[in-house]
Formats: sequence, structure tokens, C-alpha cells
Amino acid sequence: MSAREEVQIPRLAALARDDSRATALARDDSRVAALARDGERVSPYADPYLAGVALGLVLLASFVIAGRGLGASGAFATAAATTVQRVAPDVASRNEFLATHLDAGGLLRDWLVVEILGVVIGGWCSAALAGRLAVRVERGARTTVTPRLWAAGAGGAIMGAGAVLARGCTSGQALTGGALLSVGAWLFIAAAFGAAYVVAFVTRGSWT
Amino acid sequence: MIAPLPLDFANGTQPSLAGALGVGIAFGWCLERAGLGNAPKLMGQFTLRDMTVLKVMFSAIVTAMLGLFWLSWLGVIDLSRVAVPPTFIGPQIAGGVVFGAGMALAGLCPGTSCVAAATGRLDGLTVAAGFFVGVLGAGLVVPTVAHFYESGSRGALALPAALGVAQGTVTFAVVAGALAAFALAGRIERAMATRAGRVQP
Repeated sequence: MSAREEVQIPRLAALARDDSRATALARDDSRVAALARDGERVSPYADPYLAGVALGLVLLASFVIAGRGLGASGAFATAAATTVQRVAPDVASRNEFLATHLDAGGLLRDWLVVEILGVVIGGWCSAALAGRLAVRVERGARTTVTPRLWAAGAGGAIMGAGAVLARGCTSGQALTGGALLSVGAWLFIAAAFGAAYVVAFVTRGSWT
Repeated sequence: MIAPLPLDFANGTQPSLAGALGVGIAFGWCLERAGLGNAPKLMGQFTLRDMTVLKVMFSAIVTAMLGLFWLSWLGVIDLSRVAVPPTFIGPQIAGGVVFGAGMALAGLCPGTSCVAAATGRLDGLTVAAGFFVGVLGAGLVVPTVAHFYESGSRGALALPAALGVAQGTVTFAVVAGALAAFALAGRIERAMATRAGRVQP
């Protein structure tokens, strides 16, 4: 999001609030972005169903070419295991979790690490072409930068513990295991969504 | 030709890593296009204002599931050679609860935090750094909680086998469930938009 657009969005939202029918429109950031474009290159986000079907085809392609699905936490686990191996090789080789993430024999030889590098490249290219690259902290309207970053770091660390225990995250368990009809993956989806709704309800003031 | 292609990914061969890079680029592209590199948009799912997460995830799951079902039926892919994440009942329920709680605080999941970081979002970079620390810390204590970590192991267990029903039946049920969820998501979004219209000054 460009600086100019950021200035325009609150003004548009304020204008839209005068008209109750337009309020719903103002809340949808993608449509506001489209309105705010006004000669800029900022595009609205894609239709969620279209993006979902495309994501499903990427997942299917991964099954067909590599015999495995998508992942994210596995790449972090390999990076963590490699870090421990550099510092304390004995600890890494004796740890059943870390040892299984050293099988590839090198960070850049690990399938998921290379895949995640691809995610970074793909995400950057998509945002660059849509005019959505911006150095900023995304947060709720009533949240300041410091609490947002503390919640981000703490939430990330808690997710890390959950992903170790569940042996995967929203990519490797929910998407991949979900499409393969894995029992554990569907239990993970139900547990994660349930807990997220509870925590989001308790902390709702920070996002709305 | 029977898929999966004979790319020996475990050994980190050049063709398999090229495949990994291509799959990753397309994955990151889809997440960014859907708006899932944006934490407030992603959290709209959990504050009931924007159901993008549900729409993207379930249409992706349904698409890949039906694709696998038909490719297998046509004899194009050998499902016995596709890696199914193993099931560990207790750890995956407990891990899911911990993961979901962390996700609602972080506003992003691990994959989307990488997209957020790549597009310049410093909150995404912080989530990714926190996630790395969490995986490292939890990974180090796995040996001390090994009894629970290894509990409830069922191997590669799929819903049709667990429920004793045909794969086609489960596939149909997932599609029907997804369509019902999409209809419900639309109703919730409209109801919340109407409510917001009344509450806003």
C-alpha cells in the first residue's frame, strides 16, 4: 500500500460512513483500495474462491510432481535443527524431533526450505505487480505499533510450540492433510479454528 | 506415466528442488493475491467480518481433494506413493489448540507470515522470527515430553478407513460441507456488515 493511498482510505471511509449503505463497502479494504486507486497501481485482492481454486491446483501440482504437499513449519524446523547442529551437534543428533529435520543434509537441499524461499519470491512478485509492497506494521485501527509487535512475536512463538506438537501448521497439516483426508489433519483444523475463535473473541478490541 | 514423478525429493536432487522452488513461488503468489499476507484481513475470519480464510482454504482443499480423487481414478497418480501426514490423536488436538491460540495473537500463520514479511510488513517478519524461536524452543524440549509427543500414533490414517465408509462418500461429504460453509460465510458477512452499518457513528 502506498503512502498516498493510506491517506485516502480514512477519508473514503469517513465519506462512506455518511451513507449507511456504503459502510459495508468501506469496511472491505480491497474494494476501498480499488476506489482509492485513482491513477495508482494498487489493485484489489483477488476473489477468494478464485484464489482458493488456484491454491488447490498448486497443491495438486505438488502432489503430482513431488508426491508431497505444501508446508511452512517444516522449513522453520529444518532451520532450527541446523542452528542447533552448528552450536551443539550432540544435542541435535540425540533429539528425535531435530534429528528428523536434518535428513536432507543441508539447509538449501531441504525441499521445504527451498519451497519457502519460493513463497517469499512469489509473495514479493505478486505484491510488487499489484502495487502492494510497503514497509509498515499491519494492525487493528485502535492498536499501536509496540503492542502489535509484542503480540506478533509472542503469538508466533506459541504457534511454534503448537506446530511442533501437531507436526505441522496450516500448510502442512490443514491444507495438505485436509486434502488427503488425514484424520489428524481434520482434528488439527477443528482444534486450531476453535482456539483461534476463542482467543480472537477475548482480544477482539485489538483487531476491530 | 504414473505420478508422482520420480523426483527423489529426500535426497535434495536438483530437479526436485527446482520443483520445490516453482511450487513455492506459486504458493506465495496465491496467498498474496488472496490478501492473506495482511494480518487484519486474515483476522477478519475470527472477528467474523471477512471470511476470506475459510473461502480460500476450503476451496483449495476441495480442489486438491477432487483432483487427487479423479487423477487416482484415471490411473494418473498412485496415491500409495503420496506422503500422508501421520496422525497422532492427542498431540494434534493439543497442538491445534496451542497453534490456533498463537495464530489469533499473531494475526498470521507461518506461511502467510513469510508472505507478509516478503511484502514489507514488519509484523509478518516479527511473527516469522517468533515462530522460529518457538519451534526451536519446543523442539529442544521434545525429548522431555516424548511420552505425550509420541502418544495416540495411528500412522497414515485417512477418514474413509477410520470411519469405515467409502472414499467417495467422504469426498462427497467434504464437498457438501464446504458448500454449506460458503453459504453460511456469506450470510455472516452480510449480517456483520448490516450490524456495523447500524453501530458506526
